Amino acid sequence: MGSPAPIKDPTMPAPVLGPGQTYTTVTQRLSAIITSRTPLGWIAALLIAGGILQLLMLSATWLLIKGTGIWGLNIPVGWGWAIINFVWWIGIGHAGTLISAILLLMRQQWRNSINRFAEAMTIFAVMCAGMFPLLHTGRPWVAAYWLLPYPNTMSVWPQFRSPLIWDVFAVGTYFTVSLIFWYLGLIPDFATLRDKAKHKISQIIYGVLSMGWRGSAKHWFNYEMAALLLAGVSTPLVLSVHSIVSLDFSVGLIPGWHATIFPPYFVAGAVYAGFAMVLTLGLPIRYFYGLHDYITDRHLNNMGKVMLATGLIVAYGYLMEQFFAWYSASPYEGYMMQNRTFGPYSGTYWSLILCNVAIPQLLWIKRVRLSPIWLFIISMFINVGMWLERFIIVVTSLHRDFMPSSWDMYHSTPWDWGLYAGTIGFFLFMMILFIRVMPVINIFEIRQLVANKNRGEHAETASADD
Amino acid sequence: MAQLFPRGSNAFARISIVVVLVVVGTGLTILLNTNRLHYTTDVQVARKQPVPFSHKHHVTGVGLDCRYCHTSVEESSFANIPPVETCMTCHSQIWTESPLLEPIRESYRTGNPIEWVRIHDLPDFVYFNHSIHVHKGIGCQTCHGQVDQMPLMWKVNTLNMEWCLECHREPEKFVRPREEVFNMAWTPMDERGHAVSQALLGAQLVQDYDINPSTDCSTCHR
Repeated sequence: MGSPAPIKDPTMPAPVLGPGQTYTTVTQRLSAIITSRTPLGWIAALLIAGGILQLLMLSATWLLIKGTGIWGLNIPVGWGWAIINFVWWIGIGHAGTLISAILLLMRQQWRNSINRFAEAMTIFAVMCAGMFPLLHTGRPWVAAYWLLPYPNTMSVWPQFRSPLIWDVFAVGTYFTVSLIFWYLGLIPDFATLRDKAKHKISQIIYGVLSMGWRGSAKHWFNYEMAALLLAGVSTPLVLSVHSIVSLDFSVGLIPGWHATIFPPYFVAGAVYAGFAMVLTLGLPIRYFYGLHDYITDRHLNNMGKVMLATGLIVAYGYLMEQFFAWYSASPYEGYMMQNRTFGPYSGTYWSLILCNVAIPQLLWIKRVRLSPIWLFIISMFINVGMWLERFIIVVTSLHRDFMPSSWDMYHSTPWDWGLYAGTIGFFLFMMILFIRVMPVINIFEIRQLVANKNRGEHAETASADD
Repeated sequence: MAQLFPRGSNAFARISIVVVLVVVGTGLTILLNTNRLHYTTDVQVARKQPVPFSHKHHVTGVGLDCRYCHTSVEESSFANIPPVETCMTCHSQIWTESPLLEPIRESYRTGNPIEWVRIHDLPDFVYFNHSIHVHKGIGCQTCHGQVDQMPLMWKVNTLNMEWCLECHREPEKFVRPREEVFNMAWTPMDERGHAVSQALLGAQLVQDYDINPSTDCSTCHR
């Protein structure tokens, strides 16, 4: 008892794992989230999310009955909330891929405790994103032949020179690779759960899902190789998907869209939004399940730093848009920016600057980066800010373009709100279900952290003995 | 602890991969070809008509020209389904007592047109014009087949869009001299009656007739 607390070296980062963790405590603690009795709070959260999900059912049904006329979009703003929300959701997914792919290749150990639910977040966010273009067609059941190239009896193909068809491939690839990567990482953990499960049926379900994983050296070798390859495949996707989404806009000639800065600026925004959503979900999960030993100050600090960095890139993007508007000397670009900044939607623009540029500057302060409450508040501002950014891009560029006679204002309807809120409900519902049936933190990778730590301590002891 | 899965599970898992591939592959093949199957296109399917009118008898046997009944095929988008009076030009004189022709006589008496079953029915969102095709040297037989051999009417082509585009993209494979449009048994030949290749003749005719079929959407979907 009472070994003196080690003196904290201020130059060393906080550990990625709380003190006193062994293989057993890690496995017990993380699988208990699933094998223990269902907490009442979980049921309440599921019911609330399920309630919001009903809004999606209602809004989508009414949309399919009546058509897209129930939305606020019309000429000149033909891309309303459907596209805003599509881009918003796709962007959110990016943090999951960044964490699971790029940080894996860079051997960042702090990714291990957040990658699992960040990847789940990616999957569900892409599902939400995918709904919007499909519903935007108004007839999702025939969208297949508008979207997918296949040898049809009409002998016509989608327009391969259009970024909209690139989008179908980019998002389709992204979803497929993310899903496979996520599932691959889950296999060893499913095997743990198969062995931990008490009920015959759950044993069989996890048994089937774990595909006969026994943890042999050969299994691990194959696993590591597959994970590395998939990380290699996913890495370009982090950059390509949102670049292509941004081309939906920048290939168009509309002032405010036709800018070369769009791809990098969108990718930074996506990672920014994604990390904000990781915190929005991760902080409550950490709080309710008491996972402070696994999602430590180190993680909060690092995520805060990533948000700060990507936020600054995004702010640079806003600045450059202003600069281009002036430097291009194009009266249309100039008017677009003046209209965006001081026109009828100026309130939205300045709210965007407040949410995405001003408030995140608090992340310079270390105390803020280590405070869950502050981080949660800031991440909520960023979530809103990133949505406003897409609103600004879609609406302010379209509502007053080259021809003043066609200028008009855009007004959303309750059905726009209903569908958007409904997808948030769907997202939360899926996340809450996920927490209960799959390990929210990667068990075997945390065990590996324990192993690394033990090895380090032994090495220290050994060198002390010398 | 007892084993969770029986011994055969691994084999089952491996076989299931093949089964899924086969099922998905077969399913997609069927799905993608639905619009090409006889069930959906009605190609080669003869339909029952209120009067069993035989093109074979009237064209090959009697020697009627297509235009005797389909009067507007050269001037109009619609080739025309003849009114009952056209039938009665002959049938007021011959076969006047035939029970098979009773619907014709009844229609003539009452003025209610006969409800023929339409065989070549394009969707309403497609604009099609017979006259331009006839004038540019597309034979009746090219689209409708050898109608002079059909006791009852049937389709020989699917009328799918890919079929339309086949010709709009490469008209030289299908055009013939204007004089031969109503010939049911035409084969490519020169003025002296010597057989020539369609490729050669077609290319020449495309030039002579200034054939330049558009494949813009709005050509047919107006």
